[in-house]
Amino acid sequence: MTPSLTVRNVAIVALLAALVLLPLYTGLTGNRFLLTLFTRILILALAATSLNLILGYGGMMSFGHAAYLGIGGYSVGMLAHEGIVSGFVQWPVALGASALFALIVGALSLRTRGVYFIMITLAFAQMAYYVCAGLARYGGDDGLTIYQRSQFVTPIDLSNKTQFYYVCLALLCASIYLVWRLMNSRFGMVIQGSRSNDLRMRAIGFPTYRYRLICFVIAGTLCGLAGALLANHTDFVDPAMMYWTRSGDLIIMVVLGGVASPFGPLIGAVALLVLEEVLSGITEYWQIILGPMLLLVVLFARGGIDGLLQKVRAKGRI
Amino acid sequence: MTLFIEQCLNGLQFGLLLFLLAAGLTLVFGIMDLVNLAHGSLYMIGAYFAATFAAWTGSFVLGAVLGLAATLVVGMAVEVIVMRRLYGRDHLDHVLGTFGLILFFDEAVRLIWGPEGLRLPLPRWLNMSVQILPGVQYSAYKLSIIVVTLAAAAFLYVLVMRTRIGMLIRAGASNREMVGALGVNIKLLYTLVFGLGAALAGLAGLMQAPSLTVQIGMGENIIILAFVITVIGGIGSIRGAFVAAILVGFLDTLGRAFFPDLLRMVLSPDAASTAAPALSSMLIYLLMAIVLVARPEGLFPVSRK
Amino acid sequence: MSEPLLQVSNLAKRFEGIVACDDLALNVAAGDLHAVIGPNGAGKTTLISQLGGQVAPDSGRIRFAGNDITRLPMFRRSQLGLARSFQITSLFLDLSVLDNVALAVQAHAGHSFHFWRDARAEPELREPARAALQRMGLNARADRPASALSHGEHRQLELAMALAGNPRMLLLDEPMAGLGPEESARMVEMLRALKRELTILLVEHDMEAVFALADRITVLVYGRVIATGSPSDIRANDEVRQAYLGEAEAEAARHG
Repeated sequence: MTPSLTVRNVAIVALLAALVLLPLYTGLTGNRFLLTLFTRILILALAATSLNLILGYGGMMSFGHAAYLGIGGYSVGMLAHEGIVSGFVQWPVALGASALFALIVGALSLRTRGVYFIMITLAFAQMAYYVCAGLARYGGDDGLTIYQRSQFVTPIDLSNKTQFYYVCLALLCASIYLVWRLMNSRFGMVIQGSRSNDLRMRAIGFPTYRYRLICFVIAGTLCGLAGALLANHTDFVDPAMMYWTRSGDLIIMVVLGGVASPFGPLIGAVALLVLEEVLSGITEYWQIILGPMLLLVVLFARGGIDGLLQKVRAKGRI
Repeated sequence: MTLFIEQCLNGLQFGLLLFLLAAGLTLVFGIMDLVNLAHGSLYMIGAYFAATFAAWTGSFVLGAVLGLAATLVVGMAVEVIVMRRLYGRDHLDHVLGTFGLILFFDEAVRLIWGPEGLRLPLPRWLNMSVQILPGVQYSAYKLSIIVVTLAAAAFLYVLVMRTRIGMLIRAGASNREMVGALGVNIKLLYTLVFGLGAALAGLAGLMQAPSLTVQIGMGENIIILAFVITVIGGIGSIRGAFVAAILVGFLDTLGRAFFPDLLRMVLSPDAASTAAPALSSMLIYLLMAIVLVARPEGLFPVSRK
Repeated sequence: MSEPLLQVSNLAKRFEGIVACDDLALNVAAGDLHAVIGPNGAGKTTLISQLGGQVAPDSGRIRFAGNDITRLPMFRRSQLGLARSFQITSLFLDLSVLDNVALAVQAHAGHSFHFWRDARAEPELREPARAALQRMGLNARADRPASALSHGEHRQLELAMALAGNPRMLLLDEPMAGLGPEESARMVEMLRALKRELTILLVEHDMEAVFALADRITVLVYGRVIATGSPSDIRANDEVRQAYLGEAEAEAARHG
């Protein structure tokens, strides 16, 4: 597949270049806020990319994905609280815990479809929320402060904001590449076919359940990584990061950016968070605009921003 | 023993309240095939309206009635303006669209009523204890919730099982196209059904209001329980919602009350007090998981065409 | 006399008071094209659904190639060599035509726990897929999205996908549904060619096609088998005539 010089491709390259150069800009202008904002965008883009695996490509409408942000985050937080600050311990635990939770929830939920699936994933995620909120030792509802970020080997220092930004960017790019390769492999074809017509997939001979479960676990694990990053970014974890409406935010990013497109979630995360910043500068009641706006996207622009960009190619050859 | 009776009554009261919420949700899904995440927003609006009207008129009952009416109107307006455009679409569209509605309503409420929240104080005649059994006192307010919700459940039963509209509702739940083909004004039916669901949610909200602060986002918490109930009961089944709601109400209330003590018998007091709140909140989800494994369509699945 | 490839015995299925299948018995010999006909509502699609695994029978047994497949999940039956085409087109509409068939090939080309290699660049998947499309005359449409095809092309794609896994036996559910006369004729020729390679159970309404192709015919009415035999046997069978044409005409046929 040779990339062509389309509006969409140029836009994406421009975006990536901007992201790579951002710390230089913020270093020069001293705009620390922008660096923090975009670090957050990168982390949530990673979470949204993981969601895209199951939602966009797989057609599995999970409304409980924010749970993995919490599980990953709390793994880092709880271990840090107990004095274990090595990233080499914290992060595998975050990934492992997320994978385990995804395995259990997926095994139960994937036997259902449609509305049941939505509600069940939502319910299990909310269960995780209540469990964490009930852990008084780790702050309960108030959350847990993290006094030291994950420690790795000497050159890597996550408390250096610029370094941390590039770590997040690197992990995000690696994930996007991973998703792209995964979805074009045999495994990905099964996932996409299952989204398109699961009955037919089983009729032609695929035991779809096991493939979808594996996809679900991969997505959860990747989001757990995002959770670990988020905990480091905010130096704080609280149950609110896994509240069910946060799962909604992730879904918005995926749909806004473009479902089943490798860069869609990144575009969506950038668009949503930048839009939030801009709108909240205009009015403190910006969500009143966001709500109906989402409705309009759903009704009229289903392919998201990436879809719109790709349509430009069809109309005017550049 | 009295504590146990009291907790049982609490469980019943909570369960019935949840039923009101779940009934609307399952009705709308069963008939219009619509996933409405914003159902909790109607619950919140019911509480806000009732609190406001009660403050204006000085009467709790008048406030409640007016609040209910206002929620009904808002519900029907939402149906006409928004929901109609979502029918027949992908469930993901419903989820996103109604999620957008939640954002909108939360902000709208903040705009109109401010971020602080309201209180809905109980009138004197409810704010007292009543002796229901020799030696057992119970809050008149909670008792009234049980009475009102049972009445609402009875009303719903009569409506769905014994009236023409109810027959259309039941027919629509199992075969949507057929009802349309019979020449019934489907649009009106849908608006009424949605309005009914909204009214039930609003009723739940205003009845719950005195015991909590009326605040933004109060719907988002409780709607999860409504979802769990609809899944356990079987989406589209009111009977299922009733049974599941009572089950969940009892399990959650009794679980929170007595599970920590049970834990203390098995674990060390330290471990028990750490684990107890977390584990108690898991109980209903465990129930849901068990039901799903045994009967994936719920306890009373509605067979559909 | 070797064992029939497909053996159905005492198959029964009720749907809330309606008997879709009533003590149904059917045997298909290897290499035959066995047609199942009957008026609407006779239970033909229910039969295929039970054979394919989409519906579970209430009672009875199904044996395929010596295996009891009665309770076997759908994907296992396909792996054993029993493929099905659907009466109402069931394709991957958002994927390309070639992708559709390639998936059908992939299902029988080993496991799919390959996470890295580009599946669209795998010759062991793409070549057989292209060959299958070529056979159906669809190779010009290979890169179009499946949704862009006409109804007739959809039916052809249906068949291509069912064949892509090199099945031993094909369950065809009204392959000619909705086809015009030209397209039907082409489909008949295609089936005639296929007859030589595999065993086919054909459910069809198109009587010309049925009598042109079938080695044996089973007639179903209200879920019961009322006759099984060679085409000439069936043509002469009074009960069958009654079921299809009504008493009066059966009378007329006898006297005329």
